[in-house]
Amino acid sequence: MDRPPILDVRELHKFFGPLHVLRGIDLQVAPQELVFIIGPSGSGKSTLLRCLNRLEEPSRGTIRFDGVDLLAPGVDINAVRRQMGMVFQSFNLYPHLTALGNVTLALRKVLRKSRAEAEALGRAALARVGLEDKAHAYPNELSGGQQQRVAIARALALEPKIMLFDEPTSALDPELVGSVLAVMRAMREAGMTMVVVSHELQFARAAADRVVFIEAGRIVEEGPPERIFAEPAHPRTREFVARIAGHR
Amino acid sequence: MTDLERLAFSFFNLEVMARYLPAVVEGSLVTIRLALAVIATGLGVGLALALVRSAQVRPLNWAIVFLVDLLRALPPLVVLVLLYFALPHVGLRLTGFVAAWAGLSLVLAAFAEEIFWAGILAVHRGQWEAARSTGLTFAQALLFVVLPQAVRLTIPPLTNRTIAITKGTALASVVGVPEILTQAVTGQSFSGNASPLTLGAAAYLVLFVPFVVLGRWVETRFAWKR
Repeated sequence: MDRPPILDVRELHKFFGPLHVLRGIDLQVAPQELVFIIGPSGSGKSTLLRCLNRLEEPSRGTIRFDGVDLLAPGVDINAVRRQMGMVFQSFNLYPHLTALGNVTLALRKVLRKSRAEAEALGRAALARVGLEDKAHAYPNELSGGQQQRVAIARALALEPKIMLFDEPTSALDPELVGSVLAVMRAMREAGMTMVVVSHELQFARAAADRVVFIEAGRIVEEGPPERIFAEPAHPRTREFVARIAGHR
Repeated sequence: MTDLERLAFSFFNLEVMARYLPAVVEGSLVTIRLALAVIATGLGVGLALALVRSAQVRPLNWAIVFLVDLLRALPPLVVLVLLYFALPHVGLRLTGFVAAWAGLSLVLAAFAEEIFWAGILAVHRGQWEAARSTGLTFAQALLFVVLPQAVRLTIPPLTNRTIAITKGTALASVVGVPEILTQAVTGQSFSGNASPLTLGAAAYLVLFVPFVVLGRWVETRFAWKR
Protein backbone atom coordinates (compact mmCIF):
# COMPACT_ATOMS: atom_id res chain seq x y z
CA MET A 1 0.00 0.00 0.00
CA ASP A 2 1.66 3.22 -1.13
CA ARG A 3 -0.67 5.73 0.54
CA PRO A 4 -1.64 5.73 4.22
CA PRO A 5 -5.05 4.09 4.56
CA ILE A 6 -8.15 6.24 5.10
CA LEU A 7 -9.79 3.25 6.77
CA ASP A 8 -7.76 1.00 9.04
CA VAL A 9 -9.44 -1.98 10.74
CA ARG A 10 -7.48 -4.08 13.21
CA GLU A 11 -8.38 -7.31 14.99
CA LEU A 12 -12.11 -6.70 14.62
CA HIS A 13 -14.36 -9.16 16.43
CA LYS A 14 -18.12 -9.31 16.57
CA PHE A 15 -20.28 -11.62 18.66
CA PHE A 16 -24.03 -12.03 18.35
CA GLY A 17 -24.67 -13.68 21.70
CA PRO A 18 -22.63 -16.88 21.60
CA LEU A 19 -22.15 -16.58 17.83
CA HIS A 20 -18.65 -15.46 16.86
CA VAL A 21 -19.37 -13.76 13.53
CA LEU A 22 -16.17 -11.76 12.94
CA ARG A 23 -13.00 -13.48 14.15
CA GLY A 24 -10.24 -10.90 13.92
CA ILE A 25 -10.53 -8.89 10.71
CA ASP A 26 -7.61 -6.73 9.55
CA LEU A 27 -8.48 -4.52 6.60
CA GLN A 28 -6.88 -1.35 5.24
CA VAL A 29 -8.44 0.79 2.52
CA ALA A 30 -6.40 3.45 0.73
CA PRO A 31 -7.95 6.71 -0.51
CA GLN A 32 -9.65 6.24 -3.89
CA GLU A 33 -9.37 2.49 -3.64
CA LEU A 34 -12.25 0.16 -4.51
CA VAL A 35 -12.20 -2.87 -2.25
CA PHE A 36 -14.53 -5.69 -3.12
CA ILE A 37 -15.59 -8.13 -0.41
CA ILE A 38 -16.85 -11.55 -1.42
CA GLY A 39 -17.74 -14.63 0.55
CA PRO A 40 -20.49 -17.17 1.14
CA SER A 41 -23.67 -16.04 2.89
CA GLY A 42 -23.22 -16.04 6.64
CA SER A 43 -19.49 -15.43 6.28
CA GLY A 44 -19.79 -12.07 8.07
CA LYS A 45 -19.17 -9.75 5.12
CA SER A 46 -22.31 -7.67 5.67
CA THR A 47 -21.66 -7.59 9.41
CA LEU A 48 -18.15 -6.33 8.73
CA LEU A 49 -19.52 -3.54 6.54
CA ARG A 50 -22.12 -2.61 9.15
CA CYS A 51 -19.46 -2.52 11.87
CA LEU A 52 -17.48 0.04 9.85
CA ASN A 53 -20.02 2.81 10.59
CA ARG A 54 -21.18 1.18 13.81
CA LEU A 55 -24.66 0.27 12.67
CA GLU A 56 -23.51 -2.89 14.42
CA GLU A 57 -21.44 -2.35 17.53
CA PRO A 58 -18.10 -4.20 17.17
CA SER A 59 -17.26 -6.38 20.15
CA ARG A 60 -13.48 -5.89 20.03
CA GLY A 61 -10.77 -4.36 17.88
CA THR A 62 -10.08 -0.92 16.45
CA ILE A 63 -11.42 1.02 13.50
CA ARG A 64 -9.65 4.21 12.46
CA PHE A 65 -11.28 6.31 9.79
CA ASP A 66 -9.66 9.48 8.49
CA GLY A 67 -7.62 9.77 11.68
CA VAL A 68 -10.58 9.21 14.04
CA ASP A 69 -10.74 6.21 16.37
CA LEU A 70 -14.37 5.16 15.84
CA LEU A 71 -14.55 3.04 18.96
CA ALA A 72 -13.06 5.61 21.33
CA PRO A 73 -15.39 6.60 24.14
CA GLY A 74 -17.17 9.88 23.43
CA VAL A 75 -16.56 9.82 19.67
CA ASP A 76 -19.28 11.73 17.77
CA ILE A 77 -20.46 8.85 15.62
CA ASN A 78 -23.02 11.03 13.81
CA ALA A 79 -20.25 13.34 12.64
CA VAL A 80 -18.30 10.32 11.37
CA ARG A 81 -21.31 8.78 9.65
CA ARG A 82 -21.96 11.81 7.48
CA GLN A 83 -18.49 11.15 6.02
CA MET A 84 -19.35 7.51 5.33
CA GLY A 85 -22.10 6.96 2.80
CA MET A 86 -23.97 3.67 3.01
CA VAL A 87 -26.11 1.91 0.41
CA PHE A 88 -28.32 -1.00 1.44
CA GLN A 89 -29.53 -4.12 -0.32
CA SER A 90 -33.16 -3.12 0.24
CA PHE A 91 -32.65 0.58 -0.72
CA ASN A 92 -34.39 1.81 2.45
CA LEU A 93 -35.72 4.96 0.83
CA TYR A 94 -38.11 6.97 3.01
CA PRO A 95 -41.52 6.14 1.47
CA HIS A 96 -43.20 9.32 2.74
CA LEU A 97 -40.71 11.61 0.99
CA THR A 98 -40.04 12.30 -2.70
CA ALA A 99 -36.69 11.41 -4.25
CA LEU A 100 -35.56 14.98 -3.61
CA GLY A 101 -36.92 14.83 -0.06
CA ASN A 102 -34.93 11.65 0.55
CA VAL A 103 -31.76 13.26 -0.71
CA THR A 104 -32.18 16.59 1.10
CA LEU A 105 -33.25 15.38 4.55
CA ALA A 106 -29.75 14.92 5.97
CA LEU A 107 -28.48 17.99 4.10
CA ARG A 108 -31.02 20.05 5.98
CA LYS A 109 -31.06 18.36 9.37
CA VAL A 110 -27.43 17.24 9.69
CA LEU A 111 -25.52 19.80 7.62
CA ARG A 112 -28.08 22.52 8.43
CA LYS A 113 -28.36 23.78 4.85
CA SER A 114 -31.18 26.13 3.92
CA ARG A 115 -34.03 24.58 1.96
CA ALA A 116 -32.91 26.29 -1.28
CA GLU A 117 -29.29 25.24 -0.85
CA ALA A 118 -30.23 21.67 0.09
CA GLU A 119 -32.50 21.38 -2.95
CA ALA A 120 -29.78 22.65 -5.28
CA LEU A 121 -27.31 20.12 -3.84
CA GLY A 122 -29.98 17.42 -3.89
CA ARG A 123 -30.79 18.02 -7.56
CA ALA A 124 -27.07 17.90 -8.37
CA ALA A 125 -26.78 14.57 -6.57
CA LEU A 126 -29.81 13.20 -8.43
CA ALA A 127 -28.25 14.39 -11.69
CA ARG A 128 -25.10 12.42 -10.87
CA VAL A 129 -27.16 9.23 -10.80
CA GLY A 130 -29.15 10.24 -13.89
CA LEU A 131 -32.44 10.91 -12.12
CA GLU A 132 -32.85 14.69 -12.05
CA ASP A 133 -36.21 14.30 -13.81
CA LYS A 134 -37.47 12.08 -10.97
CA ALA A 135 -36.91 14.62 -8.19
CA HIS A 136 -40.60 14.79 -7.31
CA ALA A 137 -41.40 11.09 -7.68
CA TYR A 138 -42.13 9.04 -4.58
CA PRO A 139 -40.16 5.80 -4.07
CA ASN A 140 -43.18 3.63 -4.95
CA GLU A 141 -43.30 5.34 -8.34
CA LEU A 142 -39.72 4.32 -9.15
CA SER A 143 -38.26 1.03 -10.37
CA GLY A 144 -35.88 -0.87 -8.11
CA GLY A 145 -32.88 0.35 -10.07
CA GLN A 146 -34.08 3.94 -9.83
CA GLN A 147 -34.73 3.56 -6.10
CA GLN A 148 -31.23 2.28 -5.53
CA ARG A 149 -29.78 5.18 -7.52
CA VAL A 150 -31.78 7.63 -5.38
CA ALA A 151 -30.36 5.86 -2.33
CA ILE A 152 -26.86 6.36 -3.76
CA ALA A 153 -27.63 10.03 -4.40
CA ARG A 154 -28.87 10.37 -0.81
CA ALA A 155 -25.46 9.21 0.43
CA LEU A 156 -23.47 11.11 -2.24
CA ALA A 157 -25.16 14.43 -1.47
CA LEU A 158 -23.35 14.57 1.87
CA GLU A 159 -19.99 14.38 0.03
CA PRO A 160 -18.74 11.37 1.97
CA LYS A 161 -15.08 10.37 2.00
CA ILE A 162 -15.97 6.70 1.59
CA MET A 163 -18.99 4.78 0.33
CA LEU A 164 -20.05 1.42 1.76
CA PHE A 165 -22.22 -0.80 -0.45
CA ASP A 166 -24.05 -3.72 1.13
CA GLU A 167 -25.11 -6.01 -1.75
CA PRO A 168 -26.46 -3.03 -3.73
CA THR A 169 -27.77 -5.07 -6.66
CA SER A 170 -28.95 -8.26 -4.94
CA ALA A 171 -32.59 -7.15 -4.72
CA LEU A 172 -32.75 -5.98 -8.33
CA ASP A 173 -34.15 -7.62 -11.43
CA PRO A 174 -31.25 -8.60 -13.72
CA GLU A 175 -32.10 -5.98 -16.34
CA LEU A 176 -31.90 -3.19 -13.73
CA VAL A 177 -28.52 -4.16 -12.30
CA GLY A 178 -26.58 -2.47 -15.09
CA SER A 179 -27.88 1.04 -14.34
CA VAL A 180 -26.72 0.80 -10.71
CA LEU A 181 -23.33 -0.64 -11.63
CA ALA A 182 -22.88 2.15 -14.20
CA VAL A 183 -23.39 4.73 -11.45
CA MET A 184 -20.91 2.92 -9.21
CA ARG A 185 -18.40 2.80 -12.02
CA ALA A 186 -18.78 6.56 -12.60
CA MET A 187 -18.21 7.16 -8.90
CA ARG A 188 -15.09 5.06 -9.03
CA GLU A 189 -13.81 7.07 -12.00
CA ALA A 190 -14.50 10.26 -10.05
CA GLY A 191 -12.12 8.96 -7.37
CA MET A 192 -14.54 7.85 -4.66
CA THR A 193 -13.18 5.41 -2.07
CA MET A 194 -15.52 2.42 -1.98
CA VAL A 195 -16.00 -0.80 -0.05
CA VAL A 196 -18.43 -3.10 -1.84
CA VAL A 197 -19.99 -6.31 -0.61
CA SER A 198 -21.46 -7.99 -3.68
CA HIS A 199 -21.64 -11.07 -5.86
CA GLU A 200 -21.20 -9.11 -9.10
CA LEU A 201 -17.90 -10.72 -10.02
CA GLN A 202 -17.78 -9.24 -13.51
CA PHE A 203 -18.01 -5.79 -11.99
CA ALA A 204 -15.32 -6.71 -9.49
CA ARG A 205 -13.09 -7.92 -12.28
CA ALA A 206 -13.55 -4.69 -14.22
CA ALA A 207 -13.54 -2.11 -11.45
CA ALA A 208 -12.05 -3.41 -8.18
CA ASP A 209 -8.50 -2.66 -7.06
CA ARG A 210 -8.56 -5.46 -4.56
CA VAL A 211 -10.80 -8.41 -3.79
CA VAL A 212 -11.10 -9.73 -0.25
CA PHE A 213 -12.47 -13.22 0.29
CA ILE A 214 -14.07 -13.76 3.71
CA GLU A 215 -15.25 -17.02 5.16
CA ALA A 216 -16.44 -17.86 8.67
CA GLY A 217 -15.53 -14.41 9.95
CA ARG A 218 -11.93 -14.45 8.72
CA ILE A 219 -10.17 -13.04 5.69
CA VAL A 220 -9.05 -16.11 3.77
CA GLU A 221 -7.14 -14.25 1.10
CA GLU A 222 -7.00 -10.93 -0.69
CA GLY A 223 -5.37 -9.53 -3.80
CA PRO A 224 -5.97 -7.92 -7.17
CA PRO A 225 -9.05 -9.32 -8.95
CA GLU A 226 -7.02 -10.89 -11.78
CA ARG A 227 -5.19 -13.06 -9.30
CA ILE A 228 -8.10 -13.88 -6.98
CA PHE A 229 -10.34 -14.91 -9.85
CA ALA A 230 -7.77 -16.56 -12.12
CA GLU A 231 -5.36 -18.21 -9.71
CA PRO A 232 -6.60 -18.09 -6.11
CA ALA A 233 -4.04 -19.37 -3.64
CA HIS A 234 -6.54 -20.93 -1.28
CA PRO A 235 -8.73 -23.89 -2.27
CA ARG A 236 -11.77 -22.39 -0.47
CA THR A 237 -11.47 -19.26 -2.59
CA ARG A 238 -11.17 -21.32 -5.74
CA GLU A 239 -14.27 -23.31 -4.83
CA PHE A 240 -16.30 -20.21 -3.99
CA VAL A 241 -15.29 -18.31 -7.13
CA ALA A 242 -16.08 -21.32 -9.32
CA ARG A 243 -19.51 -21.73 -7.72
CA ILE A 244 -20.45 -18.02 -8.05
CA ALA A 245 -19.13 -17.82 -11.61
CA GLY A 246 -21.18 -20.86 -12.51
CA HIS A 247 -24.37 -19.13 -11.35
CA ARG A 248 -23.93 -16.06 -13.49
CA MET B 1 -104.55 7.23 22.59
CA THR B 2 -103.21 4.57 20.24
CA ASP B 3 -99.84 2.96 20.91
CA LEU B 4 -98.32 5.05 18.17
CA GLU B 5 -99.67 8.26 19.67
CA ARG B 6 -98.37 7.26 23.09
CA LEU B 7 -94.95 6.64 21.60
CA ALA B 8 -94.97 9.99 19.85
CA PHE B 9 -96.15 11.75 23.03
CA SER B 10 -93.44 10.17 25.21
CA PHE B 11 -90.43 10.32 22.88
CA PHE B 12 -91.14 12.92 20.22
CA ASN B 13 -93.11 15.50 22.16
CA LEU B 14 -92.26 18.70 20.31
CA GLU B 15 -93.60 20.95 23.05
CA VAL B 16 -91.37 19.28 25.68
CA MET B 17 -88.42 19.23 23.27
CA ALA B 18 -88.74 22.93 22.60
CA ARG B 19 -88.72 23.60 26.34
CA TYR B 20 -85.48 21.67 26.91
CA LEU B 21 -83.69 22.49 23.67
CA PRO B 22 -81.70 25.41 25.19
CA ALA B 23 -80.46 23.16 28.00
CA VAL B 24 -79.39 20.41 25.61
CA VAL B 25 -77.62 22.94 23.37
CA GLU B 26 -75.81 24.24 26.44
CA GLY B 27 -74.90 20.66 27.29
CA SER B 28 -73.60 20.15 23.76
CA LEU B 29 -71.18 23.03 24.23
CA VAL B 30 -69.88 21.42 27.42
CA THR B 31 -69.54 18.06 25.63
CA ILE B 32 -67.63 19.71 22.78
CA ARG B 33 -65.25 21.48 25.17
CA LEU B 34 -64.67 18.28 27.14
CA ALA B 35 -64.22 16.16 24.00
CA LEU B 36 -61.69 18.53 22.43
CA ALA B 37 -59.74 18.78 25.68
CA VAL B 38 -59.67 14.97 26.01
CA ILE B 39 -58.57 14.44 22.40
CA ALA B 40 -55.78 17.02 22.60
CA THR B 41 -54.47 15.82 25.96
CA GLY B 42 -54.98 12.10 25.37
CA LEU B 43 -53.30 11.98 21.96
CA GLY B 44 -50.56 14.38 23.06
CA VAL B 45 -49.70 12.46 26.21
CA GLY B 46 -50.00 9.12 24.37
CA LEU B 47 -47.58 10.26 21.68
CA ALA B 48 -45.16 11.64 24.25
CA LEU B 49 -45.20 8.34 26.17
CA ALA B 50 -44.58 6.36 22.97
CA LEU B 51 -41.61 8.61 22.11
CA VAL B 52 -40.17 8.21 25.58
CA ARG B 53 -40.67 4.45 25.31
CA SER B 54 -38.79 4.29 22.00
CA ALA B 55 -35.67 5.57 23.78
CA GLN B 56 -35.64 2.15 25.52
CA VAL B 57 -34.72 3.20 29.05
CA ARG B 58 -35.63 0.08 31.06
CA PRO B 59 -37.11 1.45 34.32
CA LEU B 60 -38.96 4.15 32.39
CA ASN B 61 -40.44 1.55 30.03
CA TRP B 62 -41.57 -0.62 32.92
CA ALA B 63 -43.36 2.35 34.47
CA ILE B 64 -45.04 3.23 31.16
CA VAL B 65 -46.15 -0.35 30.47
CA PHE B 66 -47.50 -0.73 34.02
CA LEU B 67 -49.49 2.50 33.86
CA VAL B 68 -50.78 1.85 30.35
CA ASP B 69 -51.90 -1.69 31.15
CA LEU B 70 -53.60 -0.49 34.33
CA LEU B 71 -55.53 2.20 32.49
CA ARG B 72 -56.47 -0.12 29.65
CA ALA B 73 -57.79 -2.73 32.09
CA LEU B 74 -59.91 -0.35 34.19
CA PRO B 75 -63.35 0.68 32.93
CA PRO B 76 -63.18 4.41 32.11
CA LEU B 77 -66.09 5.05 34.48
CA VAL B 78 -64.07 3.58 37.35
CA VAL B 79 -61.08 5.82 36.56
CA LEU B 80 -63.35 8.82 36.50
CA VAL B 81 -65.11 7.97 39.75
CA LEU B 82 -61.78 7.26 41.46
CA LEU B 83 -60.45 10.67 40.46
CA TYR B 84 -63.60 12.45 41.55
CA PHE B 85 -64.56 10.59 44.74
CA ALA B 86 -61.24 9.17 45.98
CA LEU B 87 -58.80 12.03 45.48
CA PRO B 88 -60.64 14.34 47.95
CA HIS B 89 -59.62 11.87 50.69
CA VAL B 90 -56.00 12.86 50.07
CA GLY B 91 -56.94 16.52 49.91
CA LEU B 92 -57.19 16.90 46.15
CA ARG B 93 -60.63 18.07 45.15
CA LEU B 94 -61.25 18.11 41.39
CA THR B 95 -64.29 19.65 39.75
CA GLY B 96 -66.44 17.22 37.79
CA PHE B 97 -65.18 18.68 34.52
CA VAL B 98 -61.51 18.35 35.50
CA ALA B 99 -62.04 14.81 36.82
CA ALA B 100 -63.78 13.77 33.59
CA TRP B 101 -61.13 15.48 31.45
CA ALA B 102 -58.25 13.92 33.39
CA GLY B 103 -59.84 10.46 33.58
CA LEU B 104 -60.77 10.18 29.92
CA SER B 105 -57.48 11.76 28.82
CA LEU B 106 -55.54 9.17 30.82
CA VAL B 107 -57.50 6.32 29.28
CA LEU B 108 -57.10 7.72 25.74
CA ALA B 109 -53.40 8.36 26.40
CA ALA B 110 -52.93 4.73 27.45
CA PHE B 111 -54.55 3.35 24.31
CA ALA B 112 -52.89 5.96 22.07
CA GLU B 113 -49.47 5.12 23.53
CA GLU B 114 -49.92 1.45 22.65
CA ILE B 115 -51.11 2.30 19.13
CA PHE B 116 -48.29 4.80 18.46
CA TRP B 117 -45.77 2.36 19.91
CA ALA B 118 -47.03 -0.45 17.67
CA GLY B 119 -46.77 1.94 14.73
CA ILE B 120 -43.17 2.86 15.59
CA LEU B 121 -42.28 -0.84 15.88
CA ALA B 122 -43.95 -1.60 12.56
CA VAL B 123 -41.61 0.74 10.67
CA HIS B 124 -38.90 -1.34 9.06
CA ARG B 125 -35.52 -1.41 10.81
CA GLY B 126 -33.86 -0.41 7.53
CA GLN B 127 -35.51 3.01 7.82
CA TRP B 128 -33.70 3.63 11.11
CA GLU B 129 -30.44 2.38 9.63
CA ALA B 130 -30.69 4.50 6.50
CA ALA B 131 -31.44 7.57 8.58
CA ARG B 132 -28.69 6.96 11.12
CA SER B 133 -26.17 6.15 8.35
CA THR B 134 -26.56 9.69 7.00
CA GLY B 135 -25.64 11.13 10.40
CA LEU B 136 -29.13 11.86 11.75
CA THR B 137 -29.31 11.53 15.52
CA PHE B 138 -31.69 9.05 17.16
CA ALA B 139 -34.19 11.83 17.84
CA GLN B 140 -33.98 13.19 14.28
CA ALA B 141 -34.41 9.73 12.78
CA LEU B 142 -37.43 9.16 15.01
CA LEU B 143 -38.98 12.57 14.28
CA PHE B 144 -38.35 12.94 10.54
CA VAL B 145 -38.22 9.36 9.25
CA VAL B 146 -39.91 6.87 11.57
CA LEU B 147 -42.71 8.89 13.15
CA PRO B 148 -44.29 10.17 9.91
CA GLN B 149 -44.56 6.57 8.72
CA ALA B 150 -45.73 5.28 12.10
CA VAL B 151 -48.47 7.92 12.33
CA ARG B 152 -49.85 6.95 8.93
CA LEU B 153 -49.98 3.31 9.97
CA THR B 154 -51.77 4.19 13.19
CA ILE B 155 -54.47 6.47 11.85
CA PRO B 156 -57.25 3.88 11.39
CA PRO B 157 -56.95 2.28 14.86
CA LEU B 158 -56.30 5.67 16.40
CA THR B 159 -59.43 7.33 14.97
CA ASN B 160 -61.58 4.40 16.10
CA ARG B 161 -60.20 4.49 19.61
CA THR B 162 -60.42 8.26 19.81
CA ILE B 163 -64.08 8.22 18.79
CA ALA B 164 -64.88 5.42 21.25
CA ILE B 165 -63.27 7.20 24.19
CA THR B 166 -64.55 10.65 23.28
CA LYS B 167 -68.11 9.32 23.34
CA GLY B 168 -67.28 8.45 26.94
CA THR B 169 -67.79 12.12 27.74
CA ALA B 170 -71.34 10.93 28.59
CA LEU B 171 -69.77 9.30 31.67
CA ALA B 172 -69.11 12.80 32.98
CA SER B 173 -72.83 12.95 33.84
CA VAL B 174 -71.98 10.70 36.81
CA VAL B 175 -69.74 13.38 38.33
CA GLY B 176 -72.22 16.19 37.71
CA VAL B 177 -70.79 17.77 34.58
CA PRO B 178 -73.68 19.56 32.82
CA GLU B 179 -73.05 17.92 29.45
CA ILE B 180 -75.62 16.52 27.03
CA LEU B 181 -76.67 13.44 28.96
CA THR B 182 -76.93 15.32 32.28
CA GLN B 183 -79.16 17.96 30.69
CA ALA B 184 -81.30 15.33 28.95
CA VAL B 185 -81.82 13.24 32.09
CA THR B 186 -82.60 16.34 34.14
CA GLY B 187 -85.15 17.39 31.52
CA GLN B 188 -86.67 13.95 31.54
CA SER B 189 -87.19 13.89 35.30
CA PHE B 190 -88.58 17.42 35.45
CA SER B 191 -91.01 16.92 32.56
CA GLY B 192 -91.91 13.30 33.28
CA ASN B 193 -91.42 12.74 29.56
CA ALA B 194 -88.68 10.90 27.64
CA SER B 195 -88.46 13.41 24.80
CA PRO B 196 -85.46 15.30 26.27
CA LEU B 197 -83.56 11.99 26.05
CA THR B 198 -84.46 11.74 22.35
CA LEU B 199 -83.17 15.27 21.99
CA GLY B 200 -79.96 14.27 23.77
CA ALA B 201 -79.47 11.29 21.47
CA ALA B 202 -80.01 13.58 18.48
CA ALA B 203 -77.42 15.98 19.88
CA TYR B 204 -74.87 13.14 20.14
CA LEU B 205 -75.58 12.18 16.54
CA VAL B 206 -75.15 15.76 15.36
CA LEU B 207 -71.80 15.95 17.17
CA PHE B 208 -70.36 12.53 16.46
CA VAL B 209 -71.55 11.64 12.95
CA PRO B 210 -69.35 14.40 11.44
CA PHE B 211 -66.55 13.16 13.71
CA VAL B 212 -66.93 9.62 12.35
CA VAL B 213 -67.07 10.91 8.77
CA LEU B 214 -64.01 13.08 9.41
CA GLY B 215 -62.23 10.00 10.75
CA ARG B 216 -63.04 8.14 7.56
CA TRP B 217 -61.77 11.06 5.47
CA VAL B 218 -58.54 11.25 7.45
CA GLU B 219 -58.03 7.51 6.95
CA THR B 220 -58.32 7.72 3.16
CA ARG B 221 -56.38 10.97 2.99
CA PHE B 222 -53.39 9.47 4.77
CA ALA B 223 -53.48 6.01 3.25
CA TRP B 224 -50.61 5.73 0.82
CA LYS B 225 -49.28 3.00 -1.38
CA ARG B 226 -46.24 1.19 -0.05
